[in-house]
Amino acid sequence: MEAVIAIAIGVLFGSGVWLILRPRTFQIITGLMLMSYAVNLFIFMMGRVWIDKAPLTLKPGIPSLGEYADPLSQALVLTAIVIGFATTALYLVIMIGARGLTGTDHVDGKEPEA
Amino acid sequence: MTLSTLVLTPFLGSLIAACLPANARNREAWLAGAIALFGLVTAMQLYAPGQVVYERIAWIPALGLEFTLRMDGLAWIFAMLVLGIGFLVVLYSRYYLSPEDPVPRFFAFLLAFMGAMLGVVLSGNLIQLVVFWELTSLTSFLLIAYWHHRADARRGARMAFTVTATGGLCLLAGVLILGHIVGSYDLDAVLAARERIQSHDLYLPALILIALGALTKSAQFPFHFWLPHAMAAPTPVSSYLHSATLVKAGVFLLMRLWPALAGTEAWTWIIAGAGTCTLLLGAFAAIFQRDMKGLLAYSTISHLGLITTLLGIGTPLAMVAAIFHTLNHATFKASLFMAVGIIDHETGTRDMRVLRGLYRQMPYTATLAIVASGAMAGVPLLNGFLSKEMFFAETLLVGGDSNWWMSYAAMAVGVFGVVYSLRFITVFFGQPAAPLPREPHEPPRWMRFPVELLVLACLVVGVAPGISIGPILHQGVVAVLGADTPHYNLAIWHGFNLPLLMSFLALTLGAWLFQLLLRRFHLDQREQTPLLHRLSGAQAYENAMLALGRAAALLLSHLGTERLQPQLLAMTAALLLVPLLLAGLPTGWQLPPPHPVDPYFAMLWLAGGGCALAAAWQAKYHRLAALALAGGTGIVTAITFLWLSAPDLALTQLMVETVTTILILLGLRWLPPRLPPQARPPAPPWNVRLRRSRDMLIALACGLGMALLSYAVLVRPLPEGIAGFFLEKALPEGGGTNAVNVLLVDFRGFDTLGEITVLAVVALTVYALLRRFRPAPESVAIPAQQTSLLDAATRQTPAEQANSGYLRVAGIYMRLLLPFMGITAVYFFLRGHNLPGGGFVAGLIFSVALIVQYMLAGTHWVEARMHLRPHRWLGYGLMLACATGLGAWAFGYPFLTSHTAHLDLPLLGELHLPSAFFFDLGVFVTVVGCTLLILVALGHQSIRSHRVPERLETTREAH
Repeated sequence: MEAVIAIAIGVLFGSGVWLILRPRTFQIITGLMLMSYAVNLFIFMMGRVWIDKAPLTLKPGIPSLGEYADPLSQALVLTAIVIGFATTALYLVIMIGARGLTGTDHVDGKEPEA
Repeated sequence: MTLSTLVLTPFLGSLIAACLPANARNREAWLAGAIALFGLVTAMQLYAPGQVVYERIAWIPALGLEFTLRMDGLAWIFAMLVLGIGFLVVLYSRYYLSPEDPVPRFFAFLLAFMGAMLGVVLSGNLIQLVVFWELTSLTSFLLIAYWHHRADARRGARMAFTVTATGGLCLLAGVLILGHIVGSYDLDAVLAARERIQSHDLYLPALILIALGALTKSAQFPFHFWLPHAMAAPTPVSSYLHSATLVKAGVFLLMRLWPALAGTEAWTWIIAGAGTCTLLLGAFAAIFQRDMKGLLAYSTISHLGLITTLLGIGTPLAMVAAIFHTLNHATFKASLFMAVGIIDHETGTRDMRVLRGLYRQMPYTATLAIVASGAMAGVPLLNGFLSKEMFFAETLLVGGDSNWWMSYAAMAVGVFGVVYSLRFITVFFGQPAAPLPREPHEPPRWMRFPVELLVLACLVVGVAPGISIGPILHQGVVAVLGADTPHYNLAIWHGFNLPLLMSFLALTLGAWLFQLLLRRFHLDQREQTPLLHRLSGAQAYENAMLALGRAAALLLSHLGTERLQPQLLAMTAALLLVPLLLAGLPTGWQLPPPHPVDPYFAMLWLAGGGCALAAAWQAKYHRLAALALAGGTGIVTAITFLWLSAPDLALTQLMVETVTTILILLGLRWLPPRLPPQARPPAPPWNVRLRRSRDMLIALACGLGMALLSYAVLVRPLPEGIAGFFLEKALPEGGGTNAVNVLLVDFRGFDTLGEITVLAVVALTVYALLRRFRPAPESVAIPAQQTSLLDAATRQTPAEQANSGYLRVAGIYMRLLLPFMGITAVYFFLRGHNLPGGGFVAGLIFSVALIVQYMLAGTHWVEARMHLRPHRWLGYGLMLACATGLGAWAFGYPFLTSHTAHLDLPLLGELHLPSAFFFDLGVFVTVVGCTLLILVALGHQSIRSHRVPERLETTREAH
């Protein structure tokens, strides 16, 4: 499992990095989305791999780590996902605004000279 | 009454003055005057002769930081000076400012300056002193630039601020060194540590830095040039800041730190050296000014040089003379500035080449100004005479019997002083050569009153120093010198001695030199200072600023870029290299990993990774495909969360995926398509291929690095962290079994509050940006699918389609979806504390339920039936979350402390009602408000009629 997850994070992150180095605004927003998946997964995985051990302390007795997954990394990622949506929206509005203002979808607001 | 009231009242008054209406000249003057008077009374009342008054307010006790105010004799004298002259200046300004001037701003700045200045003199902590010091620079900047429509005012303000604030930074550095040597920033501790400071290796750097601060502030050579340019300020400001108080801050600092720093050879060389240069330079330049204020400015520079020289000499008697002269100079110079202001006000000019014979039209003002310039020249029976004679005496002592240079310099200054004082009063005599801009007459009664009072003070001190100023001066002297206080006698007559001879010689020689200059050198019409006009500090300053600007531009053009791609390239390269260089490659591989591979999971990520790669490949020309592919990766991520025991994350990811896709689809409408070239493009040039290969390498390296790092972490056991604590306490202390939700709304509630605030800020920003949104001209036209409201096949509008047309079935069940999804949202919200769910997920579900209605029937249909006001949702949500947090205060607990109430309700039975419930409700409402606000604002762009740019209109007409 660990290897698959690590490779998955690597692939998402690499694709994202490739995209944010591209010149077109839509490529950047796609790249940022892919990178945010990768980073969210990465932070989430800091709590390690747990299967069928959701952090719901329903069983009687004093709960401890090992019986349940790490709730901390999950809580951190949860808000990150929602804020990721908000920043994507912000980027999107700037993207379409810049397209209208500059007449190009190049990230610098002007086409490169030849 | 405490010291803090003394310091804070002017700031408070400044705020009030700023809020008063622009035409309330009287009210503002009353307010400012009342504050100055109140300060005077308070300072009188608080001071106990011979003792030091303290007030300490704990600020950050854990760091040993406190706000310390300390008033000894010296601080008291300066505070009285600041408040007393301040009061007179306020009275004077009332008549000086014209009704067209923005008066509230003036009094607000003046009062703020007064507060800052009091802060400087009353600070008992060196860092705090520097803070107030910089505040005086700032308020002085604002006051000089009061008439900011004038270029000279702006230039003068910038110059003054740059010089004094730079000096302030040097002072801060010096004070930090001093604090390092002593081990404390407390003034008492520093003053007591003389031996330790002066024997320390860092004494010289500290001294130089502190001297830089003091010398820039007090306009000492070579930083004197800012003061004449600061004369662009209104005259009350010049009178208050640039003669009586602000420029005295530098000498005040030297007096304040005198017990700790003075007495070494370095001190004498630096302070007395700068002082002597300034003294001569200022006095010489003052003679040749044609602007009356310019003359006074250079004379001020010279007198400040005199005080600095006295401090540099460093004998106890010189200190007495320095404090004495500070007071004397403040009184006569402030009154002279005010007299110039009156002349300027009544005649419309300050040019000494045209002003003549004013005595006839304004005899009172002329008499007052002549007496005050007598004090400036050092005429007997006026206060200037006394302190100048003390100065002569000290210079005689310094050189002993062999070295007379200091005395020659003092003598020269005495002579120059007489010359420029005579030059100053020429405006009152003779016959006017040219008509003046305005017919002069006496000023209003109360505008002259401050001048009268100050000139009276000059006379009283000059005639009876021992009983008038003596006791006050003594307080200051004792505060600085303590046990070393010398015996001194403030009297007019000390018998025939050398200083007296020097005084009379200066008066006679001065009068002779003035006549000579007038006859031979046409002093009354001269344009520039002989010899020194090439030595322009202001020009050097401008050149230095220009060179700095050029160097910065050069650096920017070589090292900076406005282009995004190189910046991102540098960032990703740093992301890759910095950890690699700092930590090296991850080590400690463990094979095989702890969990065996599940083939289904591997296949899942085959799809997810494939989607990501395909999205990266397609994002340039096929945006919709790229969006769908990225969405695929998102779904796989959500499944992964579910697989790896994070049901909350899976739910949230799924819902966010939905709204993000809708969001970008709405946005794509306004992004004109980028069409792939029709013909097969020629092979890209080598530099493009090189760039792409480089980016590919970086992307590969980043991906590989991230994968290696993730793997290295994943195979290590989880170290003992705080996660166990949260699991343990979730139920007993948070009252919920879903540890993630309890963490969000309880343990980390403050973070969540911050996060929903960010969400709200972003949503409002998006909304604001869209209000001014101008789409690309290519996107303005209605898309082909919407040119006719009627569907070509069914001859129905979209609304009809949903209500009675072929979309009827879909329409009915999607409308039914709203209550169902509403209930689902409530369900996920309510169970959130114990099972997967919570405010974030429920909010997203509810938003999607509403968005579905928009998608089905269009904006008009939905908004005609439902009055959703996302702004209000957003505001109420934040308010609810904050109110829940504040509720804890009502019971005496810290912000956001949670509490679980157990209610026994009829019908419902026992109910656990944690306060976190209300907090989570706030989160829910905020999330709904934000999501709707963003999506609806974006959706509304389609029904807004956009102005088609002219360019496109003309091309259309041409077709």
